[in-house]
Amino acid sequence: MAGKVKWVTDIEKSVLINNFEKRGWIQVAENEDWNFYWCVIHWFQFVCLKPSRNIIARMSVQTIRNVFSVETGYRLSDDQIVNHFPNHYELTRKDLMVKNIKRYRKELEKEGSPLAEKDENGKYIYLDFVPVTFMLPADYNLFVEEFRKNPSSTWIMKPCGKAQGKGIFLINKLSQIKKWSRDSKTSSFVSQSSKEAYVISLYINNPLLIGGKKFDLRLYVLVSTYRPLRCYMYKLGFCRFCTVKYTPSTSELDNMFVHLTNVAIQKHGDDYNHIHGGKWTVSNLRLYLESTRGKEVTNKLFDEIHWIIVQSLKAVAPVMNNDKHCFECYGYDIIIDDKLKPWLIEVNASPSLTSSTANDRILKYNLINDTLNIAVPNGEIPDCKWNKSPPKEVLGNYEVLYDEEMAQSDGSDRDLRSRSGQSTGTKGNRGRDSGKPVLTTWK
Amino acid sequence: MLEQDSGLSLTIARIVQRLKGSSLHSQLERQARISLHNPEIKLESLKEDIKDFLKTSGWEKKLQNAVYSELNVFPSPCHPAAPPEHMKEPLAYMRKAQGSWEKRILKSLNSMCTELSIPLAQKRPASEQKELLNKWNEMGTDEPDLSLFRPVYAPKDFLEKEDFSELDLNVGQLGIDDSAQVPPEFFENEHVRIGQKVLAEQDSAAAQQYVRQGCPTALRADLWALILNISNQPEDILYYEQLKSNVIQHDLLVDSLIYKDVKLTASNDDYYFVFEDYLYQVLLCFSRDTSVLEHFAYSSATPPKSYIRGKLGIEEYAVFYPPNGVIPFHGFSMYVAPLCFLYHEPSKLYQIFREMYVRFFFRLHSISSHPSGIVSLCLLFETLLQTHLPQLFYHLREIGAQPLRISFKWMVRAFSGYLATDQLLLLWDRILGYNSLEILAVLAAAVFAFRAVNLMEVTSLAAAEAVLADLSTLKVMPLLQIFLFATVT
Repeated sequence: MAGKVKWVTDIEKSVLINNFEKRGWIQVAENEDWNFYWCVIHWFQFVCLKPSRNIIARMSVQTIRNVFSVETGYRLSDDQIVNHFPNHYELTRKDLMVKNIKRYRKELEKEGSPLAEKDENGKYIYLDFVPVTFMLPADYNLFVEEFRKNPSSTWIMKPCGKAQGKGIFLINKLSQIKKWSRDSKTSSFVSQSSKEAYVISLYINNPLLIGGKKFDLRLYVLVSTYRPLRCYMYKLGFCRFCTVKYTPSTSELDNMFVHLTNVAIQKHGDDYNHIHGGKWTVSNLRLYLESTRGKEVTNKLFDEIHWIIVQSLKAVAPVMNNDKHCFECYGYDIIIDDKLKPWLIEVNASPSLTSSTANDRILKYNLINDTLNIAVPNGEIPDCKWNKSPPKEVLGNYEVLYDEEMAQSDGSDRDLRSRSGQSTGTKGNRGRDSGKPVLTTWK
Repeated sequence: MLEQDSGLSLTIARIVQRLKGSSLHSQLERQARISLHNPEIKLESLKEDIKDFLKTSGWEKKLQNAVYSELNVFPSPCHPAAPPEHMKEPLAYMRKAQGSWEKRILKSLNSMCTELSIPLAQKRPASEQKELLNKWNEMGTDEPDLSLFRPVYAPKDFLEKEDFSELDLNVGQLGIDDSAQVPPEFFENEHVRIGQKVLAEQDSAAAQQYVRQGCPTALRADLWALILNISNQPEDILYYEQLKSNVIQHDLLVDSLIYKDVKLTASNDDYYFVFEDYLYQVLLCFSRDTSVLEHFAYSSATPPKSYIRGKLGIEEYAVFYPPNGVIPFHGFSMYVAPLCFLYHEPSKLYQIFREMYVRFFFRLHSISSHPSGIVSLCLLFETLLQTHLPQLFYHLREIGAQPLRISFKWMVRAFSGYLATDQLLLLWDRILGYNSLEILAVLAAAVFAFRAVNLMEVTSLAAAEAVLADLSTLKVMPLLQIFLFATVT
């Protein structure tokens, strides 16, 4: 009998299971032979299966780096693929993401790359897409220095290892984060365990408002390989609106319904609506911006969004364990400020598959469907040695965001910043395809 | 020949009378006076020089646009001796039908008033005024208790009137002689270029002609404003602020109807929920805007009157209720919602909506013989369906699924809330371009044509409704084009 793909998952989500079943795949248990593992990552823990020894192991961050290496002997076979890269947290943990981007920028600067150009205020012109961020308690003193430059600014505190808006709060006074001070006598919070680590970022207190409300963008990005980098962007992203009108007023800093767009938070608000779930399609956003702001600035905004996604992936590519058994579908959270500048807030390794509305369910179902079509070609037992270059027809609602191989083989010499004005009137070619000009300079 | 001339001079006289005393008039006077300081203006040729100045400084174009606007809105007088109600509605039986319709609405409104013991209008106490002022920008939160209110009427109530089904109106031609296309690449760039040129020239008539082929998204807001002759002058903003203060000071019963309508429709809509607060800001002001009363001169409808307590029937104590004479019905807010995608400044949004209402939307909920009136649209729709898809038409009638029952609500709402917003805006482009609502009937027929195969297989009204329940994926222009130019009769 022709092998049917055997799948395992550690979450019970209908959008997943319906997709597996419609392909005729067979569900197996974690300790059996499997071809496809879809798992949810909780912080840096990873459920790993060693087929020949039937062992399920929960690994800590130290051993994860070695989990696929030859030395330890844990090996996945050619016909097994998993929906995460072993050290995805380099991108998906808030502190590591910032660390990697900072490192990437410094490297570019050292080699004199024009991408690392700075303006007269010392800000990166092309790579300033993450709000100023510090790790606590490690960078506490650096943070204080920065804070004192602008004592009226607001900062947002986020626990490194949590999701769904949990544990986040805003501060505008140093006293509110005394506990994280390194020299603090109350050392109970200064813990070595990464669970207690926080990042503190400059709060974007001038978000673009529509209808008076703050929103953020959730975009799905599929990465099939990091070296060479090949990534796809899902066309059907959405905006998540707060139910309460935005105000930067200090009296409302504690009101999470004003500031945090996570559905997990908003759905507890009085005005949460279960029909639309406070979600808007990206195409609505585009229509609104084109109609009220004009086409050029809207195109520029979306180009920049694609740019920062690709740059974030390039930043972690060198340190990512590019295991051929892996692919990953990330949930990118982006906020647009009132100058139409996009900011990367964070990247989620396991974007929620819970559906808050009927439309949502359809969207996530199709997302998984298109993801599987790319990651597991033809729905057959995978061979991780394949070239990971699916034909155009199977992309579904994905489109190629960046393909490093294609970009390098394209020999034409292009201007680094020509992409922003390059709408030549041909629809659909907004520099998202392999022809992202700036990256022909990359090795 | 003589009659034509007298007709023309009547029109000219009417337009001059309407523009006299308008803000444009005083602006022109001011400009003319200022121009006297110019060295080019010579005393000997004063009149000519001022005329030239007004031309080159663009003021003549503004006057042209205003004249064009008037021509668009007001029908030409039929006969110098015709009584004023003929301008509202020439056909006596139509006037009668509209009259009885109005009686019904008023009865519904009055009985709700008495049942709930709520006055039609009352002044707000100072504390309430303060509170409302504070939350002017977020009226979507903290809604009042609306459970006892019910909409005064909904589109389906309108449909139950059978009088008009036997009317023998001549529907005639649509007048859509330029093809409306989804612009392909080579067309789009040129079209955008022309659009920019039209905007630079600030010519209403040219804009109206231009949008027949659709507006580029980035130019649409400005083009519509140009066609509707909205310039958002300081006095317009002031007028809007005045309306806002009227809202703050007085509470009207219709306010609750508006709240309820928004909460039932736009708040639940995937596209428009974001703009909920804007809708209150527009609609509450709209109901207090007495300038809207002017449109009753050419509408078959008559604004309802209410009397100060204890003075029933005494004309000196009569006021129009609501102040703008328009009682909102279920779904009314959907006329405003799509405009929020184009205008985010409340006073401009308000003016655009008001102009759209007094030019187009009012015809969708009053009984008249006007070609853009809902009655004519119904007839047009049925005629088109019967002519082009006779099999489908009779099949649906046979199974008790009268096509009009389904398409009526689309047309009354001008398809708002049924089509995806970008498609809706393309449709409304043509409404503005052709200065007519007939395209709504054509689109309705085109939708039936598009789903004909599935509809032929249904055996009940419910099933037919299900086939036509979701129009959100439809592409309007190809549908219209195929229906208009590719159907084999």
